[in-house]
Amino acid sequence: MLSIKNLHASIEGTPILRGINLEVKAGEVHAIMGPNGSGKSTLASVLAGREEYEVTEGEVFFQGKELLSLSPEDRAREGVFLAFQYPIEIPGVSTTNFLRTALNQVREYRGQEPLDAVKFLSLMKEKMALVEIDQKLLSRSLNEGFSGGEKKRNEIFQMAMLNPVLSILDETDSGLDIDALRIVSNGVNKLKSDTTATIVVTHYQRLLDYIVPDFVHVLYKGRIVKSGKKELALELEEKGYDWIKEEVDSTATV
Amino acid sequence: MSKDNQILEDLNSKEYEHGWSVNFETDEAPLGLNEDIIRWISTKKEEPSWLLEWRLKAFKIWQGMTEPTWANVKYLKMDLQALRYYSAPKQSKKPKNINEVDPELIAIYERLGISLHEQKRLQGIAIDVVLDSVSVATTFKETLGKLGIVFCSFSEAVKEHPELIQKYLGSVIPMTDNYYAALNAAVFSDGSFCYIPKGVRCPMELSTYFRINAANTGQFERTLIVADDSSYVSYLEGCTAPQRDENQLHAAVVEIYAGAHAEVKYSTVQNWFPGDKEGKGGIYNFVTKRGICAGDHSKISWTQVETGSAITWKYPSCILKGDYSIGEFYSVAVTNNYQQADTGTKMIHIGKNTKSRIVSKGISAGKSQNSYRGQVQVMKRAHNARNFSQCDSLLMGNQCGAHTFPYIDIANPSAKVEHEATTSKIGEDQIFYCNQRGIATEDAVALIVNGYAKEVLNQLPMEFAVEAQKLLALTLEGSVG
Repeated sequence: MLSIKNLHASIEGTPILRGINLEVKAGEVHAIMGPNGSGKSTLASVLAGREEYEVTEGEVFFQGKELLSLSPEDRAREGVFLAFQYPIEIPGVSTTNFLRTALNQVREYRGQEPLDAVKFLSLMKEKMALVEIDQKLLSRSLNEGFSGGEKKRNEIFQMAMLNPVLSILDETDSGLDIDALRIVSNGVNKLKSDTTATIVVTHYQRLLDYIVPDFVHVLYKGRIVKSGKKELALELEEKGYDWIKEEVDSTATV
Repeated sequence: MSKDNQILEDLNSKEYEHGWSVNFETDEAPLGLNEDIIRWISTKKEEPSWLLEWRLKAFKIWQGMTEPTWANVKYLKMDLQALRYYSAPKQSKKPKNINEVDPELIAIYERLGISLHEQKRLQGIAIDVVLDSVSVATTFKETLGKLGIVFCSFSEAVKEHPELIQKYLGSVIPMTDNYYAALNAAVFSDGSFCYIPKGVRCPMELSTYFRINAANTGQFERTLIVADDSSYVSYLEGCTAPQRDENQLHAAVVEIYAGAHAEVKYSTVQNWFPGDKEGKGGIYNFVTKRGICAGDHSKISWTQVETGSAITWKYPSCILKGDYSIGEFYSVAVTNNYQQADTGTKMIHIGKNTKSRIVSKGISAGKSQNSYRGQVQVMKRAHNARNFSQCDSLLMGNQCGAHTFPYIDIANPSAKVEHEATTSKIGEDQIFYCNQRGIATEDAVALIVNGYAKEVLNQLPMEFAVEAQKLLALTLEGSVG
């Protein structure tokens, strides 16, 4: 489904990603872990098409299409969803209104008729139950005055509504208490299927107790330096990242 | 950085939609302004002598005045002697009803999306249309007449209801008020008049649609709305003009009188030609609008969506004379390219327990300048006056300006006055967030701007609100990369 080959990206001339290679197949959950500043969030942003990042080398294929040549909105319409680490506030625009605009543009791109108000609302009701979100929250201005937990829950709700092929969760666990973490993870797990894939970007192993990954990758200095099964995450939790840093730094020939 | 440049390059790729004009025979005054022209206009309109005297008095006063320079706008002074002060479409005789109006005129309005045929107007809005200097048609007259409501052109009101005109003309905005109000008093040609009798709730929206068609012509209309005790009316005003290289002057006066327990809601969607993207042409919109809450418990509410005009100079105000009276001002002013707007309101608290509310939302893009100027004045006798003001500015790109000039003048210690102000930029973050959910950039801007202006747009009657939303999106189309 997703194939990243030798991806290099920089911001304002400073290289952040230095040759990422990653294959994600339908039905899989991949966790991207790593110390602060290793490039985890940059990878998520580059895949979603954030303009500040300049891709200097490499290519990314998503369902056979050259992802990097698509605009951010077309990537979304093709089925790439990014759950933001820091969801953005849009005053005066309710989640409902926002999602209706988004969903209908996605549908238009896919050659589908726009959903009428009745169908849209029944879809909302169905998805609201998934993430235990309150209707009241959805009629408030998007993310304005939301608590950290409400913002993240709202992201997962949007994900449920837009029904993406590839979901990228960028530090979705940050700022969540244990109950919110459970609700958000349950939502993500319910949305998983054989035809979709999930990339979970996280600093801590905690989230992976709930969203169990098939593969764990450690990102350090812009490269994936270690990959393994879910046990790798537990090992990292126990030993920290230092042993990997040392391993990498000692073998690095400059 | 490259995105910013892109933003500016793309600015206003959309042309002004109403920029066409129509050639038809007109009845015009000679160019220039002097006593003879005023007499010419008055004769043309078969006015009574008291009105001519009133005009001439205004002209004398105007001659002694100078153009105000305090507004935060820069422009080349207009040569008022090079303008034409009267231009009317030629009709063989005055139409008695809509069926006698020149089909060509009706076609102009159809092209603007305004149908003058009553049976076609499903929304139940009575409409008076003013083309250049004269009112060409008023719909639903009979329906309204049964309730005792008078809704007609100003010229007609002078003939049919002289006692009302004499009583209220200039009672809210005296001819001495300011340079443009005095000029308007001297040369005004037509406009709308509306009278709602005691205890009557006007069953439909009343609307005036103004259009400037002729070249080198100023439009000086006058609107007078009188809401007698315990009556209610909602009034809409819309405007467009053809695209021309030279600047055109629009100096209107709107006066509103509200008796005890009366309520008047006045909404404007102003879309005069704003000039092209180099800042050439466009309407100078120098307008004086004021209402008086004369009776106790009366209410006047101004809502304006200002998207057009090269220069806007406009402060719809409320004089809160009656005890417990309420004044409101809701405004969205959008400027793009080289547009300049200096707009806001005055709330003058005279009566006891009077309340006012000001919500102003400025949106600046391109190289435009957008200023809010507002005055809240609480007089000595105005015990327990309350005011709440909120002035927000939204900037797009980095070459535009937003300014706020609030004046607060309190002479009674029991007053409670609050002022809040914010300035923000449409963030690339917000746009990226929308993009990531599949929303195209143009639509993202429209969504964000409409969300920002929501509190004001909510005040508009339904049909107008939809139009205003589209207009906001259109005005800003292409202003973000």
